[in-house]
Amino acid sequence: MSEPLIQIRGLSVTYGDRQAVRDVSVDIPARQITAIIGPSGCGKTTLLRSISRLIELVAGVRVWGQVIFQGQNIYDPHVDVTEIRRRIGLLAQRPFPLPMSIYENVAYGPRLHERYNRETLDAIVEKQLRAAGLWDEVKDRLHTSASALSVGQQQRLCLARGLAVEPEVLLCDEATSALDPISAQRIEGRLLELKADYGIVLVTHVLRQARRLADYVVFMYMGELIEHGPADQVFRNPQEVKTRAYLEGEFY
Amino acid sequence: MSKHLEERIFVGLMIASTIVVLGSLVLILATVVMKGLPALNLKMLTQVPKGGYYLGKEGGILNAITGSLALAGGATILSYVFSLAVVLYLHFFAQDSRFVYLVRLSLDVLWGVPSIVYGAFGFTLLLLLGLRASMLGGIVALALLELPILVRAMDEVISMVPLELKEASYALGATRLETALRTVVRQTVPGLLTASLLAFGRGIGDAASVLFTAGYTDRMPTSLLRPVASLPLAVFFQLGTPVPEVQERAYASALVLTIIILIISLIARLLTRRLTRHVIH
Repeated sequence: MSEPLIQIRGLSVTYGDRQAVRDVSVDIPARQITAIIGPSGCGKTTLLRSISRLIELVAGVRVWGQVIFQGQNIYDPHVDVTEIRRRIGLLAQRPFPLPMSIYENVAYGPRLHERYNRETLDAIVEKQLRAAGLWDEVKDRLHTSASALSVGQQQRLCLARGLAVEPEVLLCDEATSALDPISAQRIEGRLLELKADYGIVLVTHVLRQARRLADYVVFMYMGELIEHGPADQVFRNPQEVKTRAYLEGEFY
Repeated sequence: MSKHLEERIFVGLMIASTIVVLGSLVLILATVVMKGLPALNLKMLTQVPKGGYYLGKEGGILNAITGSLALAGGATILSYVFSLAVVLYLHFFAQDSRFVYLVRLSLDVLWGVPSIVYGAFGFTLLLLLGLRASMLGGIVALALLELPILVRAMDEVISMVPLELKEASYALGATRLETALRTVVRQTVPGLLTASLLAFGRGIGDAASVLFTAGYTDRMPTSLLRPVASLPLAVFFQLGTPVPEVQERAYASALVLTIIILIISLIARLLTRRLTRHVIH
């Protein structure tokens, strides 16, 4: 494996007294889709959100260990957390457009970080809406409210919004689970295209989706990392009993 | 006693209570309208009191209408600025949950403080500063009265913002302040507006806090440092005269005050509908 994109070292996360992730160490490869799988409550979402420090928004959370991104531990006190979050984007489970127009949603991120003139901003908005596969559907109503879009369109808008700050990594937290099958398929198609330019880490509880998309698989159970490796290897020939049992559908 | 009878008795009591509540509201409105409407005319709305007004001669209460709007408007703007700062601090920056709890508790206590106490406090403050009763004094006293209402109402509104929405903003690399001002405030504009209109309504109807602080005058409000008339005090002074025509005008003034509050509520509703366009549910 070439140089990993993200190295997670001894990561533990607790919510109050409850331990959600216990001593996880794993390398996330670059330019691939990594799927974190496991039964509900296994800590996969917590692990995902630890990668961009969004986990810190939860009250009472504590994090130990390191997440090394491009040679730097993102939990280092000197790190600018907003810069980390810009470089490591998130596509959440349910689309939450910001309370503004379609155009302003995509322009929101770029405007936070730099002053752009109108033409540049127009170009960014068009480029990212195309990248998210939404441009043709909304190009005539860019200045109407984002909340009027369908849920599937909203999720692609959120993808465009996330891409607009030019992240290097995209975290997807069950990003298709609230969508109808066709919308979900569209998002999946986009992710497969985007992996050429971005590192993508996704959490999914749909095993078939993991099989379709993943190049690398991380299996979690009860807050612990059980097994990880190239997708082919984990799916065809799991080494651990728990992984095998999960893949065979013995628990969800 | 059968269960059915028991239920009927309780339902009967509930209906009776509802009737008492609604009935008193209707009675209050009916009294104000019936006694005030005959005395209400264009002159009352467009003129200031002239010589002998309080003995039943010519004039109107334009001084009190404009004065009240200026007082409540100024107080609402002033307390809005402070309230928004307090609420955003509580939600986005305050780390110590005991401190946040203490702030909310103090505001609840302040909410219960009688308005005459704000008036007396404002009066003391004016004396200390060497000022006399003035529009500025009245605005400050009313702002203090409105502050706990506004903060607590805004507090509720901001609490309703889903975490995912804030997360969406943070995930793009926004700071807390950027998230607060660019996303959360935009999402809650209708709620914040409703809260300030509620506070405005409370402010414009209050007599005790402006009694010593704003004073009273028959002139139109022109300066922040001069006394200013207000509708609640106009009602009070006119009702206190022995002249029946003037007492009728007191009811007319009360009617004007009621109508202003009614209009404010209607505007709040209309604006809320228009401003929720972009709001995410």
